[in-house]
Amino acid sequence: MRDVAVIGVGMQKWGELWEKSTRDIFVESALLAMDDAGVDSLDAMYIGSMSPGLFTSQEHLGSVMADYLGQKSIPSTRVESACASGGVAFRMAFMEVASGMHDIVLAGGVEKMTDVGGGDATHALATAADMQWEGVQGVTFPGLYAMMAVAHMDKYGTTREQLAAVAVKNHHNGTMNPRAQFRMEITVEGVINSTKVADPLNILDCSPITDGAAAVILVPADMVKKFKKPGVKVIGSGHATDTIALHDREDLTTLSAVTEAAEQAYKMSGKDTKDIDLAEVHDCFTIAEIIVSESLGLFERGKGGPAAEVGETSLKGRIPINASGGLKSKGHPVGATGVAQIVELTEQLRGEAGDRQVSSARVGLAQNMGGSGGSSVVHILEVM
Amino acid sequence: MPPARSWRAYPQTYRLEAARCSKCGKAFFPPRLVCNKCNGRQFEHFEMKHTGKVVTHTIIRTPSDEFSGQAPFALGIIQMDDGPRLTSQIVDLPFEELRIGMPVRLEFRRISSEGEAGAIHYGHKAVPVRI
Ligand SMILES: [Zn+2]
Repeated sequence: MRDVAVIGVGMQKWGELWEKSTRDIFVESALLAMDDAGVDSLDAMYIGSMSPGLFTSQEHLGSVMADYLGQKSIPSTRVESACASGGVAFRMAFMEVASGMHDIVLAGGVEKMTDVGGGDATHALATAADMQWEGVQGVTFPGLYAMMAVAHMDKYGTTREQLAAVAVKNHHNGTMNPRAQFRMEITVEGVINSTKVADPLNILDCSPITDGAAAVILVPADMVKKFKKPGVKVIGSGHATDTIALHDREDLTTLSAVTEAAEQAYKMSGKDTKDIDLAEVHDCFTIAEIIVSESLGLFERGKGGPAAEVGETSLKGRIPINASGGLKSKGHPVGATGVAQIVELTEQLRGEAGDRQVSSARVGLAQNMGGSGGSSVVHILEVM
Repeated sequence: MPPARSWRAYPQTYRLEAARCSKCGKAFFPPRLVCNKCNGRQFEHFEMKHTGKVVTHTIIRTPSDEFSGQAPFALGIIQMDDGPRLTSQIVDLPFEELRIGMPVRLEFRRISSEGEAGAIHYGHKAVPVRI
């Protein structure tokens, strides 16, 4: 395998982009990434997108996006792994460059979620669960994570305030990210008193519905000097699956696909949890960030909630988590999320993150997850 | 839900038909072709007893459109006494009485009146077992 580096990143502001189409949103971010790298042609591309069919009645994004990006004729493929689609698209591009098949490969992600109503969006997202045996009972995604939260609170004593602390921290970080959808501070009391969605989770525990895209350019590490910006090396990649139905897991308080993907990435990179300077993790719900931080090995089981509450995961804490604002503040256009995590890590490791810069960051970890943890992908990046 | 999809699930939906791996004994609901514990491919089918316990729970207040007329409703993961776990609505009790470990029994009820095909859809719901 060849060493691989990220050499360009691109991401426009996320939000409710009613005036823009899916292809506009994707092409704008992809062009930013190509300009950042200084390339105008690609060898191949992968596009993470969970459900363009249900959200916008358009499938076959591989062709749509290569055509509209001015790259007609290159191999271009849409990748689907629910909310982990972007992270998996990045892994596909990484493997393609590592294998020697191609040199300049774009990994992107896009989701246009606001063209349909809230109920239809809830349904489209619910298809990432087991529709036959969970969906049939009226399960929603907040409902699945709420059931994990109830189990985690029962086993470890995790509190409602600790869940809220995750949202408060991520919103604070998001105020310093010009591309975040919701750039406002919130309070613990505000989270606890916000509208109930699925007990014990309230609306301010949930990531929002978002339109957005992100893109990065990968090249062989030995080619980095040909480009205008410093490269960031991809030193670890892991990907694992778990049962599709939450109820088929023996332990509801951990996410084994996250742990297995992380172990693969740690092993490939030769790094340990203590080497990680910052992490972007999949905080689709506040409880998810707590359980993921434990499943990655960054905290012991049951310690994720207290760690968030005392500031260990804040920008100046021991291990800053979601410096970007996370899915909670930045937004969660599902297929784009995993790629946006790589954008954030690259900017942090290049020292380009502005007010939210994590000081002396050298190694970063990104964790992206599909459904209730039925799939997860983990990457580790390092300065070159 | 398309008619063929709900027809295929009749044995599980109406009789709680499960399968036990002949090699390692793990029980599955619904039945599978391959055991996810030992990779065995031989199973004995059986009808699950209707009793179990609540493992975790929530109250759905923001449902998808299909369930919008029913919210709020309680939902939980049920550990069946015969081994498998499943997701079920929990009915016939005030929300504040929901507890982990609570004994329940599955009964057949109407689940949703407007499925994807517009048909009335039936399935199991959990009701508390009063001791
Ligand atoms: Zn078996």
